[in-house]
Amino acid sequence: MKELDKEVTKNNIVELNEVFKHFGEIAALDGVSAQISEGEFFSLLGPSGCGKTTLLRLIAGFEEPTKGTISIDNSPMFKVEANKRPTNMVFQSYAIFPHLNVEENVGYGLIRLNLGKEETSRRVDEMLQLVDLEGYNSRPAHALSGGQRQRVALARSLIMKPKVLLLDEPLSSLDKNLREQMQVELRNLQRTVGITFILVTHDQEEALTMSDRIAVMFDGKIIQIATPQELYSRPISKRVASFIGEMNFIEGQLLIDEKGKTSVEAGILGKMDVNRDQIAVPLDSGLVTIGIRPEMMSLLFEERDRTEFEIGGVIKESAYFGDMTYYTVEVSGLNSPLTISMRNTSGRRILENGESARIGWGSESLVILNKT
Amino acid sequence: MVEKERVLKINKKFQIFAYAYLLFLYLPVLLLPIFAFNDSTIISFPLNSFTFKWFAGLTEETYLHESLKNSLFVAISTSILSTCLGILASRASARYEFFGKKSILSFLILPLFLPEIIVGVALLVVLMQLGLALTLWTVILGHTLICTPFSIAILNSAFANMDMSLEEASLDLGETRFGTFKRVILPMVTPGLISSILICFTISLDEFIIAFFLTGTETTLPVYIWGQLRFPAKLPGVMALGFLMLLLSLLLLSLFEYFRRRTNRVIDDQVNLEFGNLFKS
Amino acid sequence: MDRAISLFDTDSKRGLSLIGLPFGFSLLLLAAPLILIFFLGFWKQDYLILERSFSLDNYIEAWTEPMYRDLMLRSLGISASVTFATVLLAYPMAYFISFHGGNRKALWLFLVTIPFWTSYLLRVFLWKVILGYNGVLNSLLDWLGLIEEPLTFILYNANAVVITLTHAWAPFAILPIYVALEKIDRSYLEAATDLGDGPLKRFFRITLPLSMTGVVGAALIIFIPTIGDYVTPKLVGGKDGLMIANMIQVQFMKANNAPLGASLAVSAMGIVTMISVIFLTFNRRWLRKRGS
Repeated sequence: MKELDKEVTKNNIVELNEVFKHFGEIAALDGVSAQISEGEFFSLLGPSGCGKTTLLRLIAGFEEPTKGTISIDNSPMFKVEANKRPTNMVFQSYAIFPHLNVEENVGYGLIRLNLGKEETSRRVDEMLQLVDLEGYNSRPAHALSGGQRQRVALARSLIMKPKVLLLDEPLSSLDKNLREQMQVELRNLQRTVGITFILVTHDQEEALTMSDRIAVMFDGKIIQIATPQELYSRPISKRVASFIGEMNFIEGQLLIDEKGKTSVEAGILGKMDVNRDQIAVPLDSGLVTIGIRPEMMSLLFEERDRTEFEIGGVIKESAYFGDMTYYTVEVSGLNSPLTISMRNTSGRRILENGESARIGWGSESLVILNKT
Repeated sequence: MVEKERVLKINKKFQIFAYAYLLFLYLPVLLLPIFAFNDSTIISFPLNSFTFKWFAGLTEETYLHESLKNSLFVAISTSILSTCLGILASRASARYEFFGKKSILSFLILPLFLPEIIVGVALLVVLMQLGLALTLWTVILGHTLICTPFSIAILNSAFANMDMSLEEASLDLGETRFGTFKRVILPMVTPGLISSILICFTISLDEFIIAFFLTGTETTLPVYIWGQLRFPAKLPGVMALGFLMLLLSLLLLSLFEYFRRRTNRVIDDQVNLEFGNLFKS
Repeated sequence: MDRAISLFDTDSKRGLSLIGLPFGFSLLLLAAPLILIFFLGFWKQDYLILERSFSLDNYIEAWTEPMYRDLMLRSLGISASVTFATVLLAYPMAYFISFHGGNRKALWLFLVTIPFWTSYLLRVFLWKVILGYNGVLNSLLDWLGLIEEPLTFILYNANAVVITLTHAWAPFAILPIYVALEKIDRSYLEAATDLGDGPLKRFFRITLPLSMTGVVGAALIIFIPTIGDYVTPKLVGGKDGLMIANMIQVQFMKANNAPLGASLAVSAMGIVTMISVIFLTFNRRWLRKRGS
């Protein structure tokens, strides 16, 4: 938590204050506030239609907010057009100018700066080197592969030395392997140049692996802003929890004793102590939902395996994923079966349907969420 | 195999029909060179000997030269004017949503569906009421009116096929709106512009009715030809002239085809699509 | 994203300011003249002086005088025949190009359009040469021994006008029908075959209804303008093939009776518009019946 405090004291490069955007009757953004720090890799994560791209376009200056303010580098951006903002954008389609070659694309924005031929081509070369495209200068736009287009788009934006680089689903059109490779490269590139990146994505894995912080958006609102670990292990609602991976939900009762110690009572699972930071609801909520990730529970294969809590169940279904196996386990007394994932280590067998098994977990991996 | 043979048979039938229809379409065009080189003042079979004299005769027709000059002036002005109007209209249509868009656009392409005589007569009445003299400029106005729909059709898809993020990318990289138009939009629609100019030029050059109603003392080429058709002795000369005009049209058409193919690598049968789009409403 | 359009947002303003000039141009040179000609029909002309008093006389004359009525009916008949013939011939051609054109589609379309870049006047005139008493067609038939006497029913009458116009409007039918056929997803046809339709049934159940937009577009773009054709009837129509446009021209340029000419023009336009609307409605109903 100390570290987080340090983050906050860093300069805010983008400040969003109660931003609304309406398209006719439809509210694409419904009061969004956030601070994004200098040098941060910040992701806007959400399902399609949640307003994340609209928010990015507002920051870029392609749209004006209906209400609310946006400042970038401490200056308000009201009525500042996209071409006057210290931001640059990598488009989802990459928007590589089809009538220009690589060099002309990358140097597009420099023309207006009147740097002279030599300086321009020096900077272009430098950028092409940075994105691993040296020697591609005169390659025409239509002869570029998807990955190369993306690199050109990055170079073309970074050459402008923006305060903030905006990336609109930049990896969505790449195939899986290339996407994973580009995730690493993009992350490294961001560390090298030290520029704030704001990434829009609907892919939670992408957001988790690349970002310093993630803002989860639903229905035009930011629901939670957190680091990847925090977001994954301490989601603040059932919806966030299920959007970021999978989670078991169990009904329970939140209790607080006279000393202020908190615990949950979950029927057959018994009473489990929980810390305040595990609780995302008011303490007097009463009925709550207890959430636990599939990999935070385990099937106890050996007699001597011990965990803080355990209960018996019957395997209903198993799905084999190579490195992992996902089990659906029926526990009598629970409304719905539990999903449990187990790593397939050497010597560990896959349990058969109908086999009985012991399920174990620790109270520190629970999160207490709202009932609905 | 039986199925395949049947398909081939059907294909064959269609092919025979297609060639027969093509012959029907080319019949008059094929006659043009025949009579242009035939050494006889009577336009009918049997043919006489081969001659170039009708072409030579064209050089002495001062009226022809005048009207050719007039027609070129009209066609060039028309093609530029209608292309400019076409740029404005199709850019607005492709890029912006605005109040009454559909009605305004349908109104702009209305001349395509109107009999030209109606357009000609209506314009004539207005000009007479305003007391304006009939000059080549009145012809240009009429021609611009009927050429603009074609220009809009050609340019519409050129503008519509342009990814909007290209413009945004340009703005994003610091370019102004005007600079974006100059450096991104214009180069990308240039082939479309040239196509539009060529098509409007050709239409205007060949247009008769409106010119017939709206010319004053200076006649255009089709009006000149119309006059000549009444004199049998002039007909072979007219054939020769028609043949030359056909060659010019073919040259322009080939140029048009060339630029059409360059307009957009992605869209192949663009003009046909454009043409089809006119009927969507 | 669905956007409600108001007059005042930036998009609307930019769009309107761009389209303002062409729109203004059309208002001034098309809308105003059309409105004026509508009113002109109610006025009177005495030699060169227009008398601006409201009267229905011209319209009554245009609709009751047998000469004008016959002319109007003949014009409509010719337009309808031309439309029918052109579409009937163009459809198989478009179908051939679209379905059997292979990689030569562009070439075929190019070939189809080339003849129409010959001067329109000369094309019509050359039909006169082809169809004439000593014309190409009669010479050919005579040479083949198929006829004793030259055929006379093909020139200087309505037939000649229909043949010539069917030729003149060919690309305007081929192109829209071709585009409509091109837009048909070929998997629909495969699905129909898969579901047991033979080629003919498939054509009437899938291809024709789906290409109807092209046919309707072609029909309208031919039917409406041909009613106003002046050159063809004048050159090849003789006395019996004249159309309403020739009379309009006479009233305006020769008889100095612009108001009567205007009332004839407005009536002709009104009638074709009405027929087109009826045609569109029926077609829409037919398609809907097919669809359900």
